[in-house]
Amino acid sequence: MPEVLKAPLIVEFPFTRSLGPVQSAFLTGLRERTVLGVRTGEGKVLVPPVEYDPVTAEEIRDLVEVGATGTVTTWAWNHEPRRGQPLDRPFAWVLVQLDGADTGLLHALDAPGPEAVRTGMRVRVRWAGERTGAITDIACFEPYESETRSQVAPHDGEFEDRVSGIVAPARLDYSYSPGRAQTRYINALADRRAVGERCPSCRKVYVPPRGACPTCGVATDEQVEVGPAGTVTTYCIVNIKAKNLDIEVPYVYAHIALDGADLALHGRIAGIPYDQVRMGLRVEPVWSEGGRWPDHYRPTGEPDADYDTYKELI
Amino acid sequence: MTHVAKEPVAVVGVGQTKHVASRKDVSLAGLVREAAQQALKDAELTWADIDAVVIGKAPDFFEGVMMPELYLADALGAVGKPMLRVHTAGSVGGSTALVAANLVAAGVHGTVLTLAFEKQSESNAMWGLSLPVPFQQPLLAGAGGFFAPHVRAYMRRTGAPDTVGSLVAYKDRRNALKNPYAHLHEKDITLEKVQAAPMLWDPIRYSETCPSSDGACAMILTDRAGAARSPRPPAWMHGGAMRSEPTMFAGKDFVSPQAGKDCAADVYRQAGITDPRGEIDAVEMYVPFSWYEPMWLENLGFAAEGEGWKLTESGVTELDGDLPVNMSGGVLSTNPIGASGMIRFAEAALQVRGQAGEHQVDGARKALGHAYGGGAQFFAMWLVGSEPPTS
Repeated sequence: MPEVLKAPLIVEFPFTRSLGPVQSAFLTGLRERTVLGVRTGEGKVLVPPVEYDPVTAEEIRDLVEVGATGTVTTWAWNHEPRRGQPLDRPFAWVLVQLDGADTGLLHALDAPGPEAVRTGMRVRVRWAGERTGAITDIACFEPYESETRSQVAPHDGEFEDRVSGIVAPARLDYSYSPGRAQTRYINALADRRAVGERCPSCRKVYVPPRGACPTCGVATDEQVEVGPAGTVTTYCIVNIKAKNLDIEVPYVYAHIALDGADLALHGRIAGIPYDQVRMGLRVEPVWSEGGRWPDHYRPTGEPDADYDTYKELI
Repeated sequence: MTHVAKEPVAVVGVGQTKHVASRKDVSLAGLVREAAQQALKDAELTWADIDAVVIGKAPDFFEGVMMPELYLADALGAVGKPMLRVHTAGSVGGSTALVAANLVAAGVHGTVLTLAFEKQSESNAMWGLSLPVPFQQPLLAGAGGFFAPHVRAYMRRTGAPDTVGSLVAYKDRRNALKNPYAHLHEKDITLEKVQAAPMLWDPIRYSETCPSSDGACAMILTDRAGAARSPRPPAWMHGGAMRSEPTMFAGKDFVSPQAGKDCAADVYRQAGITDPRGEIDAVEMYVPFSWYEPMWLENLGFAAEGEGWKLTESGVTELDGDLPVNMSGGVLSTNPIGASGMIRFAEAALQVRGQAGEHQVDGARKALGHAYGGGAQFFAMWLVGSEPPTS
């Protein structure tokens, strides 16, 4: 059996977030080297602050400034920092209870090795040189011997030019494999052949095959060559350019039932004015040099298929 | 197997935000909070009265918040209570309400807050839906391009005149003018303007597509004892069901999916409805592209196959018609995707409670709320009435 195909799939989006009043004050504060917390109904100070009281569910807006020094309440050593983490050398993940706060803030501690880190050690914020109103305005924490200072100062949360939103980049790295059935299909396409698979139970031919019949729930392993010609079962005329697609509009996006297949696949119709495409039009694939799939389909010149011959495939 | 009678389920609170293109003034927590508090206010209840919270939203990629249920627990008063999240693509608002309703019906919880939301302005819906999967030919059209061929298939199958879609859009946008929470308020809308809009994915015009909205919707569901304490008339659930089917399979009918038919049939059986067209007073259905109104009218049994467009064309589905459809203005006027299904369910409840304001259907006693999602893959529906169910 030939190798199953595999390729990286990277999903990366720059998501935006509106902050709301509390997170806005917190992140703007960091830009101004001020760490803000919020006082709950029962008098606890939460850092980072939240908008709603975790105990009573009431809205809380009583902001206070806490210290830039604090105590490590627990930690874990990170031997191999990954892309996007606060430091590019090994460091400790720490929960730091800042002076005046009742909760721990998760961040990085710059330390030479795990032997230099202990629960209860005193640390302080190392501010980033360039600050924009983000959690990364705290570059990391660093060891700093000092007395505990538990006083907090009320703060109105007002700053010049408040940050109201952030961009939060998200990235997922996958290793994608289409599986055995689709690998067979894709390899056949490289020879410009469309090979589907027949369900042993309902006898329907799936193109592209997915290895199992979704209706009967059984494996489809009988190979069936279909096409190359087929019938346009339905279509639309695309008048707006889609992102990442370099196709001049208008063009026709169609469902095409290849001869011998029991469901339609998708393709573009060309070689005919867009406004002359119709349901039942007979088409055949047109390949471009090195293409993984047909570039488009064009009319074969045969008479149109009768509606009754493809109406079950719409 | 012994059958224990189900606890009747009542909707005693409904809340939603004013849906708009962008709510940059609030976080997600602030957005959901607004809807939840409105629902509590409507029910005259407090956070302490809620036993469990069930939320829904569109797939995670849309906003990029993984596990929003965790982040939103504080805002929804869920600390120390069970909190669940439901995932069923665009139908999620409907299925979320049904999961919440089932908890009450089963006697697990007395009073449940259910909520669904979406901030499309901070979403990457189009990207989220079309990942660049290796070896796979990219989809050659956007979301509208996915649905437009099915609309053409409907037109071919039924011989419907090509003006029917514009009639739906014109009606829904006028209904939205009566709904203060609707996103689109096109005060100078005319049928001519709808019909003059450009074709994006022929046969779907720009004016026949849904907007992108930021919004949230919440409901308070409760048992018989809770309903007895309700300050306003409750809506009673008479039936609720969900069905799913694969996005693609040989024999799938995209125009009238089997799962939709089965889901409706189950709801009608539970509610004792034998003639939906005659017995149901108002319908709020998920119509993201105008032509889905006639398509769903057939799929849900309000019209015979091939006849749905005739109800639309003859004005039956107008607000003052014999079977009003999408009184709120529908998805065509408001579309925070994750919340859209629940807004349909909530509108059905408002109608039978007599709380729908200017878009109230006079004397509505039974109303259907409908949601669907995925590639016409998930269906969720409920039927609510002004009177408690008899069995």
